Amino acid sequence: MSTQHVLPIRTYLQVFGGLMLLTALTTWVAYLDLGVLNTTIALLIAGVKMSLVMLWFMHVKYSSKLIWVMAVAGFFWLTILLVLTAQDYVTRTPVHSWLP
Amino acid sequence: MSDSHPASLAHHFEDYEQQHQASLVGMWAFIAQEIMFFGGLFAAYALFRNRYATAFHEGSAHLNVTLGTLNTVVLICSSLTMALGVRSAQLGRHRKTAAWILGTIGLGGVFLVVKAFEYAHKFHEGHVPGLAWHPEAGADPNLRTFYGLYFAMTGMHALHMLIGMVIMLIVAFRALRRHYTPSNYIGVEVLGLYWHFVDLIWIFLFPLLYLLGRHA
Repeated sequence: MSTQHVLPIRTYLQVFGGLMLLTALTTWVAYLDLGVLNTTIALLIAGVKMSLVMLWFMHVKYSSKLIWVMAVAGFFWLTILLVLTAQDYVTRTPVHSWLP
Repeated sequence: MSDSHPASLAHHFEDYEQQHQASLVGMWAFIAQEIMFFGGLFAAYALFRNRYATAFHEGSAHLNVTLGTLNTVVLICSSLTMALGVRSAQLGRHRKTAAWILGTIGLGGVFLVVKAFEYAHKFHEGHVPGLAWHPEAGADPNLRTFYGLYFAMTGMHALHMLIGMVIMLIVAFRALRRHYTPSNYIGVEVLGLYWHFVDLIWIFLFPLLYLLGRHA
């Protein structure tokens, strides 16, 4: 049957609590001057929140390997998009100016 | 033949489990496409933020962090109500399912109202590229790029929310008509996946747009 994983309400509330804490944390950290680290930390926190949502709210933790693959696939292709786009711009010489 | 094959089980599936998995694969494939769609916007953001760092810090400073944080909280709450709605559907609780989904619509509505206020404020400030662009003198010349991305990304996100809320209305009414059962609640689950994805987009939009250079 397809009702293998009925999670207790408590689990959802714990994930919710974690998401709230991380939201407060990310806003709080934004006001500290950590230079380059600010963005890195913000993205890391967002990554953890994403994992919480995907694993528990979206049930990926309790899903088949097929679903795991489907869930990860999007991010695999996104990585290609970001990395190859970045490497294009990052390897351009100063001669090619952005300005009109 | 038709006795062992209930109406809610499509004929090309052997059992509910297979149908359930196929529906999940379908929705995740759609979500993968959405990741690429928004990914393009995030890639543009990364590029231009790197190039026009000061403009982006300045643009971000004009956004309301309180409203942005509030909206983040509201959306996460809506993900909770949606998850509980799916759970109620799993347990065959028709009215609870509808109630949780209607609650999710309500929270989504709160988010959109706050967004509308923010957009209106941007109009008054003259920070809407193409429609109302008159930034204060001495503003960074590349501010327009930040706001173009701000409206494109949050606008697309809001549109996705609206579509989700319309579908939620349909699903909520179906739930009230006892359309979903513990063996066939995939419609609710798939809607849930969509809404959680919309939440995920905002989870990344919020820090990247609102929390840039708050320290200074």
